Formats: sequence, C-alpha cells, structure tokens
Amino acid sequence: MTKNIYLPEMATIQEVIRETHNIMTFRVTLNNPEAMKNFSFKPGQVGQVSSFGTGEATFVINSPPTRMDYLQFSVMRTGEVTSKLHSLKAGDQIGVRAPLGNSFPYEDMKGKDIVFVGGGIGMAPLRTLLLYMLDNRGDYGKITLLYGARSPVDMAYSYELQDWLGRDDLDTHLTIDAPYEGWEHKVGLIPNVLLDIAPSSENSVAITCGPPIMIKFTLQALEKLGFKDEQIVTTLEKRMKCGVGICGRCNIGTSYVCMDGPVFTRAQLRQLPNEL
Amino acid sequence: MAKVQFIKSADVKPWLAELAKEHRVFAPSYDGEALLFRPFDPEQEIVLDRAATMPPKKTIFPQSEKLVDFTYSKDPENLSRIKIDAKANLPEGSTVVFGSRPCDARGFTMFDRVYLSDKNPDIYYQARRKNTLFITLACRTIENTCFCNWVDSDPCDPTGSDVLAIPVNDGYLLESVSEQGEKLLNSKLLADGSSRRAEAEKICQEIAGSINNTKDLTLAPEKLLAVFDNMEFWEEVSAKCLSCGACTYLCPSCYCFNITDETTGMKGKRLRSWDNCMSAQFTMEASGHNPRPTKAHRLKNRVGHKFSYYPTIHGGVISCCGCGRCIKSCPAGIDIREIVLKAIDFVPAAVEE
Repeated sequence: MTKNIYLPEMATIQEVIRETHNIMTFRVTLNNPEAMKNFSFKPGQVGQVSSFGTGEATFVINSPPTRMDYLQFSVMRTGEVTSKLHSLKAGDQIGVRAPLGNSFPYEDMKGKDIVFVGGGIGMAPLRTLLLYMLDNRGDYGKITLLYGARSPVDMAYSYELQDWLGRDDLDTHLTIDAPYEGWEHKVGLIPNVLLDIAPSSENSVAITCGPPIMIKFTLQALEKLGFKDEQIVTTLEKRMKCGVGICGRCNIGTSYVCMDGPVFTRAQLRQLPNEL
Repeated sequence: MAKVQFIKSADVKPWLAELAKEHRVFAPSYDGEALLFRPFDPEQEIVLDRAATMPPKKTIFPQSEKLVDFTYSKDPENLSRIKIDAKANLPEGSTVVFGSRPCDARGFTMFDRVYLSDKNPDIYYQARRKNTLFITLACRTIENTCFCNWVDSDPCDPTGSDVLAIPVNDGYLLESVSEQGEKLLNSKLLADGSSRRAEAEKICQEIAGSINNTKDLTLAPEKLLAVFDNMEFWEEVSAKCLSCGACTYLCPSCYCFNITDETTGMKGKRLRSWDNCMSAQFTMEASGHNPRPTKAHRLKNRVGHKFSYYPTIHGGVISCCGCGRCIKSCPAGIDIREIVLKAIDFVPAAVEE
C-alpha cells in the first residue's frame, strides 16, 4: 500500500514548555510505537503539525536525531493554527506529517569550524544542528554560537543557555537589542555583535536563521568577515500546504522550498529568482 | 494495434446509456449558459459542436474533496482528555468522460508528472486517474482562442485519452488509444470502422491546416526568467487583471490547491480544494509578509510556472494545453499568448554609457 502523504500520524503532547510570551515548545511522541521507533530524520527537516479542526502549519523538528525520546517543535503564536496549538496541554492529541524537506549539509561540515547565528525563533532550526553536533562533538572544529533576541524575556531555551555558556567545547555569545536590568551578556544588534566576535571564516561554515531584517544585515556582516556564499547556510520559510511539492505555493521559480529546501546555501539562493 | 470502430450519431446516447450501467459517465450538456461535463442523463441534450465552458478537470480533481475524516471522542480512561481518530477514504468506482477535447485530456498529463511522482504519489489523484477513461472528441472547428499547436499538440491529439473519436460525416470513428479504452469499444451499437479511416485522417489533416500559425516557444523558459526582475514589464501586462482567478479555475492544467479543516460537533474533515494563485491570500504568510505582494508578481508566477519553471523541471513540456479558456473567459481580456510572446521578443533597453 502506497503511503498516504496527507494522512498525519497521530501524536501525543508529552510536555509543553512556555519559552516566551509568544513561543511555546511541544515535546511529542507518535502514538504508534512502531512509527516512533522507526522515525528517522536529519537536522533541518521540518514537519506539518496539525490541530485537527484548525489546520496544519510547518515547523522545524528542533530536537536532534541523536535524542529520540520525543520530537520537539517550537511554535511562535502568529496565526490561527499557532494560536490553537498554544491552547494545547500535555496529553492532547495532534497530527504530525514528518519529516519533510531537505536538511543541513552536516556531513559536508565535518572537520570545519562552525558559526551559528540565530535571531529570535530562528534559533529553533539551529538548535537541532547545534545539539546534533554537540552529540558528535569530535566530528567538528570550533563551534561558535551567537544567539540574540529583543530582550532576555524574548529568549527561548533560556533553561539550557547556562549549560551552553558553561561548556568549554562551545563558544556561546548571547545578545539583546537594548540594555536590560540584570543582563550580564552582550547588548547590541546581532550583525554588530557578530563583527565584534569576528569568528574566522577560514575552513568555517556559518549557519544563520532569524527575521528577514536580521538575516539581511547578518549576511553583510558575514561577507565582511570573509565568508563566501558557499560557506553561508540558511533555512527559509514559506506558506506551505502539502509539504511535498504539489500544491504549488512555496516555489521560488523552479525551486520548491518544501522539497528543495528549506535549507539553502547563500550561493544556491543567488541562483534563484528574487522572490523571497 | 488499435481497435477502430464506427458509431452513428444517433447511437451515441444509447451507447453512453450502456456505458453508464458500469461506469459513472460524464458528457457535456448545458447548465444555464454554461456547457459543463455533467453526469449522463438520457433526457439531456449532449452538446458536441463546441468546447465546454469548463474542462472536465473535476472528474479526476474535484473542486473540493475530502482527504481525512476525523472524529473526537472522550477518552474513557480520562474524561478530561479528547481522543482523535483520523481516517482516509480513497475514491472508488470508475468513470468515463465522453466528449472531452484533446486539450482537456492532455491537461491531466501535466498533473501526472506532479501528482504521480515516484517519491510522493498523491493516492487520491492516483485512484481516480487510473479509473477514469476519456473518450476524447477531435475538434472539427477551431476558435480564435485555440493554440494547441503552439504547445506540441493538435486537434486530433490522442495524448492522455483512452479513445479518440473523430467526427466523420454521419457519425464518429472511434480509435482505441489505451487497453482500457479498447474494452469500451465492444458494444453491439458499434461497427468495424476500418474502412472509414482514410476519411478520418483527411478530416484531421484539414483541421490541423485551418488552425492559426504556430509560434516557436522554445525560448520561453529562459526569456521569462530574463524579465523576472523587470517589474515594469509585469505591471504593464497585468494592469487589466482583476485577480478573479477565472483563468486558474477554468484551466485544464492548473493543479494548485489549498487544504482546510471543517468541523461540526464531534466530527470533522480535512478538505483539499482548488486554489487560485492570482489571489493575494495564496502566498500570504501569517506574519503578514507576502512573497508575491502584487497582481504583477502573481501573474508573473502563473505565466512563469506554465511556460518556464514547469518545462525546466519536466523535460521541456509546457504546462499549458492551449485550450484558450483563460483568454476566452478573462473578464479583462488578458491573453496569455501575448504575454509569452512579448517576453520572448523583449529586448532590454540599452545601457547608456
């Protein structure tokens, strides 16, 4: 029997974590133990998460494939589906169609220094790859993380940041846009802080995700630091319905973000028509 | 070897009545002023002298279809918890479409490359596609909106059909195209048509000769990309567009869809419905960002998809069957042929030194 690409796997929310005023994280397991056991994916792949009766929306699986106790999705409340998801609690049922899309080229990154630059909810896809690399630490060179948000209360994954800051195999920098009482880390916009940290571009790959305006200036900063287009990786978002290249709304020219993406190098993006 | 049969015009309805015993049969008949493919009804006049207002797209790709049924129920072990069951039901039964035109039947071959991929076949489409047979009627009259000859087809093209019916003087010559089509040609109402073959061939040649001159669209894919960033070009060609979407809904090869949920009480369904890339909502993101914010961007994607992106992905095949419905039914008089030709002929203004 051919797989029905539109029929979600039923899943149970095991835990809900309130990250910020508008971001919640859901840890879910597939109800079918066989499906959960056989579930495999690569860092950067996404899933369509359903609240039956409201609809589906696309989220990156932000737990790494090296930690398969649950699949984690972080959801920023923006529209109808995300508002409904925010009303759910542990034990509630959702649907999951995953994995979809391509993944970060993590095999090609082996032996290289890695620079993560995440802004706001854009930290979610980076988290998957970061944890995957930490779980395979020997395969990668120096890992630098720059994670920024508007303010400390807008920073997701706050509960694991202390661990990341304390690790000697990870160079973590946190920044917020404006001074905030009690904040002990950097203050300043991500691109400026990136230029201050000035990670070397030699034998390095930069992976960045965040709001469009942040991406725009981060790309300029990376360029100043000597990062070539092939050394910069990002992950895109588009409105998606089917997730498998049929329904026809996420294409940029001949490329379908749901199938050929969401992960693109800057060099690949330059080949696409200008329609982000 | 194809089976060749002949049917007298007067026997068409009785033959369809025979076929209707085993299959759902659709044939073109008037619904008000619109000529539509409707379930065969012996009381209705079947209209075969002109192309239908709408193609028979919904026979395989319904305007709205159920993908998933879901039900909520209280978990008996924990009454505060809602259990959800989700089930899919695939379409069953076989369908015969009589009187489709070569462009109509060929439109589904554009769907096939996308919906029947090895990697992610769409099993709803697959189920209907393999059980829907097309008895296609070759065209005897050509309208000024017809341009199937521009897109590698012709008024007697059997591509995508199961039986090709060629109108001859007192009836139709029926040629099987597929094995399934051959099985439809076993009725006692049909007689051997081999002797009428030459006549039918001559008719096809005459008609092919009467269609307007073909245009070479080989350069369309690259030329449309070349004007991608030229918004002045796209604003000009889309200026009249009302974003009504008639072109997409009437197009035999437009296959985009939306997925939405509906619930009543403890039951619900997930639906897949035709969508319209000319609407601003099509690509609108929850954040308010829209990668195709104006009708110029949207028309660019529609023309680009059919004449550039699709052919680039699918071995040069243009995703347009040349039926001309988008031209005929556009309330603003936009002609997709003119846009494509304009892009092909476009010469960028010389850069001043």
